[in-house]
Amino acid sequence: MRIALVGNPNSGKTALFNLLTGSRQKVANYPGVTVEKKSGQLKISQSETWELLDLPGAYSFDTESPDEIVARDICLGNMPEEKKPEFIVCVADATNLRLHLRFALEVKSLGLPMVIALNMSDSAERRGIRIDIEQLEAELGVPIIPTVAVKRDGADKLLDALKSKRINAPLPTSPDLDLHSEVNRILDRAVHMPDRTSSLDDRIDRIVLHPVLGLAILALTMFFMFQAVFSWATPFMDAIDSGIGALGGFLEETLPDGPLRSLLVEGIIAGVGSVIIFLPQILLLFLFILILEESGYLPRAAFLLDRLMLGAGLSGRSFIPLLSSFACAIPGIMATRTIQDPRDRIATILVAPLMTCSARLPVYTLLIAAFIPNQTVLGIFNLGGLTLFSLYVAGILSAMIVAYVMKKVRPKLDGQSLLLELPSYRFPNVRDIVIGLWERARLFLARVGKVILAITIVLWALSTYPAPPADWTGSMIDYSIAGRIGHSIEWLFAPIGFNWQICIALIPGLAAREVAVSALGTVYAISASIEDPSGALLPIISTEWGLATGLSLLAWYIFAPQCLATLAVMQKETRSWKVVGIAVTYLFGLAYLASFLTFQAFS
Amino acid sequence: MILSDLNLGERAQITGVTNFGLGDAVSRRLRNLGFVAGEEVVCVAKGPFGGDPLLFQIGFTRFALRKEEAGRVEIVTR
Repeated sequence: MRIALVGNPNSGKTALFNLLTGSRQKVANYPGVTVEKKSGQLKISQSETWELLDLPGAYSFDTESPDEIVARDICLGNMPEEKKPEFIVCVADATNLRLHLRFALEVKSLGLPMVIALNMSDSAERRGIRIDIEQLEAELGVPIIPTVAVKRDGADKLLDALKSKRINAPLPTSPDLDLHSEVNRILDRAVHMPDRTSSLDDRIDRIVLHPVLGLAILALTMFFMFQAVFSWATPFMDAIDSGIGALGGFLEETLPDGPLRSLLVEGIIAGVGSVIIFLPQILLLFLFILILEESGYLPRAAFLLDRLMLGAGLSGRSFIPLLSSFACAIPGIMATRTIQDPRDRIATILVAPLMTCSARLPVYTLLIAAFIPNQTVLGIFNLGGLTLFSLYVAGILSAMIVAYVMKKVRPKLDGQSLLLELPSYRFPNVRDIVIGLWERARLFLARVGKVILAITIVLWALSTYPAPPADWTGSMIDYSIAGRIGHSIEWLFAPIGFNWQICIALIPGLAAREVAVSALGTVYAISASIEDPSGALLPIISTEWGLATGLSLLAWYIFAPQCLATLAVMQKETRSWKVVGIAVTYLFGLAYLASFLTFQAFS
Repeated sequence: MILSDLNLGERAQITGVTNFGLGDAVSRRLRNLGFVAGEEVVCVAKGPFGGDPLLFQIGFTRFALRKEEAGRVEIVTR
């Protein structure tokens, strides 16, 4: 059987989906549109498995938003290559029935067999909202099952109801019915509520949305998040680092000298190892973003910053995609789908690569460790952490300037729209966080496994072959193809202080930023002396490069669009090569300019 | 009176939503989100920069609207 979960945003639909399917989930895209498709397996018995579809959250089917159109078209069977669901579970938040029942009435008119999962029924009870389920069922003509998506057994009754297979399609709602008065009529008969809102939400919002306090809390949260990512990850990274070192040493001793050992130790372990090490930081960053998202804080931040971002030519809605871009620009650009205004959306997509994504962290941390002294400033702050923070700030400031210039070049003609729901605060659920993190870790490791491994091997081959003749006096890599390419483009990058090793690393680094680090690892490992064949990157660059070169490369990475996957997603999301062209041109231009100024200032 | 003129903490009743131009998607969306005649609405917060956007409580839900959007909603205070 094919079951679709539909419901308002913030109804706890995805939490219920996670509870029902656990880790048996698949995330893809619907064909032809840029809306995320989440499906999962629901094991009913040894022999029977149902397919569960988590449709995009929707307020109404009477809509122009792409997400809601996809949800509607799938339910109606109008989506090419998608089978119509046979059964619908409409998720409604018991504490927000006035809004959610209205949508449930719209869903009812689809004429498909359905139940309503009355989610968060426990918190409704705590808030004194009394719901007469039988009366509500009678009024709606749809079976209603209370669920608590954050509890392990919270969906048992729902599963029993689905298994019983005794549920028929309801009588469709009359198209002439005034949905709002119908909802009010039903609520009068079946629901008793003492207070309209949660007083806890009121109290938190009074502080969090306060004009001064709220902004201070937001700034502190962001600052704490980035300090934590930088310092908490260190022990894990050290552990991974020594593990990789031990593995390299072991292979070095056991394998006979030759191309195989060279490929494994200098190619794969030096290359992939230098990227894998950043997994703890990336996961920590995603952990913070997921917690902020789950708790309901992110829309508050969007509310606080809306006017400011509007001034820069963006929208409060841009905040969430841009924050995701700190982890990775790809999910960030995909998250711009929630921005209805096309101009705001393109502006957000264009500046998303300026947010410091986690793939830059390998580059930043390496360079900071090599060139910034490990000092404590003002008693509590680490100078490295402060440098990292200012790199993030530099990215944000340039994004605002770029968006502002775009606004001036192409002013918006029609009105602006925000229309953002601020949901109730929620305690983040461990299961949802773990599933979210797992999803990210898998994506990152898959990237390391496929793209980065492949590039590392190609680069190793390019920098090893052809082998120099016996009477060659220079370094081995100088004679190789990569060495020659590096030397031939050195003149272009000399004004910004890049040596030929950096030039080589920039080429594979176009595929993905963090590859530049693994490429440097490989390049230096191969050109390293016999005494230190594993070529630990950090001591080499801190002695071989000047401070100006190190800082210039940092400045380069604030801007350079060195990620083909991001550019591909940009094209997919906007269906315009022009947008990609603009992004590539302005980002490379800014990168060269910033590096030039930095290098000239410090040398 | 229009919703964007409502003071912080003030309560009002909606009398209707005006269309700005033909096929105004914003006003249609407002109606779908529950901004319809007869509903009570309270202004619960104002943005830190120029008092924009505004946060309204309607029913059980809180919606942030820009002044421009809130200007479409007609209200009466009691």
